[in-house]
Amino acid sequence: MISAWLTQHGFVFFHTLKRLIASPVTSLLSISVMGIALSLPTGVYVLMQNLQNLSGQAIHAPQMSLFLRTDMQSADVQQVEQRLERDVRILGHQFVSKETALQQLQQRSGFANVATSLERNPLPDAFILHLQNEGAESMRQLQAELQGWPEIEYVQFDSVWIERLDALLKLGRFSVLLLATILSIAIIAIMFNTIRLQILTKRDEIEISKLIGATDSFIRRPFLYFGAIQGLAGGATAWMIIAYALSAVNLELVELSNLYGIQLQMQFLILEDGISLLIFSTLLGWLGARLSVANHLWQIEPR
Amino acid sequence: MITFKNVSKRYPDGYVALNNVDLEVAAGEMVFLTGHSGAGKSTLLKLIAAIERPTSGMIAINEQNIAQLKLSALPYLRRKIGFIFQDHKLLFDRNVYENVLLPLQISHFDNKMIASRVRAALDKVGLLKKEKAMPITLSGGERQRLCIARAVVHRPSILIADEPTGNLDVEYARDIMAMFTSFNQVGVTVLIATHDASLLEDTRHRILSLKQGKLAA
Repeated sequence: MISAWLTQHGFVFFHTLKRLIASPVTSLLSISVMGIALSLPTGVYVLMQNLQNLSGQAIHAPQMSLFLRTDMQSADVQQVEQRLERDVRILGHQFVSKETALQQLQQRSGFANVATSLERNPLPDAFILHLQNEGAESMRQLQAELQGWPEIEYVQFDSVWIERLDALLKLGRFSVLLLATILSIAIIAIMFNTIRLQILTKRDEIEISKLIGATDSFIRRPFLYFGAIQGLAGGATAWMIIAYALSAVNLELVELSNLYGIQLQMQFLILEDGISLLIFSTLLGWLGARLSVANHLWQIEPR
Repeated sequence: MITFKNVSKRYPDGYVALNNVDLEVAAGEMVFLTGHSGAGKSTLLKLIAAIERPTSGMIAINEQNIAQLKLSALPYLRRKIGFIFQDHKLLFDRNVYENVLLPLQISHFDNKMIASRVRAALDKVGLLKKEKAMPITLSGGERQRLCIARAVVHRPSILIADEPTGNLDVEYARDIMAMFTSFNQVGVTVLIATHDASLLEDTRHRILSLKQGKLAA
């Protein structure tokens, strides 16, 4: 029984493939329409992933600068250091004494004259803190806390750009979702119509099959396979479009990277996401076909 | 096997095709149904396969009341029946072999048995050498035989034929009648509708005659 079932599905699968190949232009057209539609949200998604990767390196080790009041003595500095060590949110810290800071300033071209002309060192002692990335909110809280310490003059932490990036990424994710929803509906509609036309041309076959005892699921099966296979092919096309576009972008980036002396490379769609894309597009094709069949099949009753 | 009780069929346009028909066909029997065109022969046959539903009355196949059968149960009823349609209803985009294959695919036959079953059916109707031919290239008689092969390939217990010798020469018609007789000899219940009186001259089988929707005694 199981082998009969498998044979049945195998037969329908290959029969459907044959039908797709028999009308290559129509098949390729609808597959590429689906591929293009799917490549839009997927493309935005890949861009976001890349942006996140890039910014992730920066956000991954956020830094905070702690400037002590200029009248602090080395004992105060030590006390501050001990307290910093106890805080788990701070992964590490680096002490920059006012002397070191002045030296660094002198070394910097353009400031040498300014620095040497100063009568006394106006720079404060400072700590550079390496923090754990727990989001902009908790970092701002830490900033406020440190600001409250009596030894500390000013805590500098640029959270604005992290927030902006967060907001940008959130917006990006939202637009991926929005695009994906709209285009999914479009794909279902395309499949709905494709299957509707097929049902019309297969009217005789459906009627005869019903007359000699075919169940609805038997009649439905080739159309569902058709939808699913086209969906799968559409997903694969989208994957290919994105891979091709990214390698083209990477080619351009090589030049840019050389000019700036940095490594800039777009990451491709990762395997897991690619497989998700294929599964999703297959389901979309299937769903479009299923809705179409449900809508049109009952109209064909043999007489 | 097949029982009709007070069966009437009125079409939506008001035309009464069958009027209070009572009928009993025993298992293994071969019965002819005659009458002028429009007498209700086709309607009666279609009611058996639930292609049409009766307006009133009871129809039982193997003691199962099919007048109240759910739509989802229809396929299983139809698989017990081999139906030879007046207009053949062949698939013109499939070859002879594939046309006969269809009923077996529909009822999920095992793959190993499929090919031999199809060829046995084609052999019985003398179309074995034409299994690769497309139906469009077949003559009227060959199409009729193809339709018969498709109707018997899944070995139904009931065989129904609507005007099976419709446009055929006497020679061909006798061939086809002989086929039905041989199916009946192996236990198949056979019901044949025909207006061709010449077929019935020397038959020893029961003849039912329909007149304006009523069975004449």
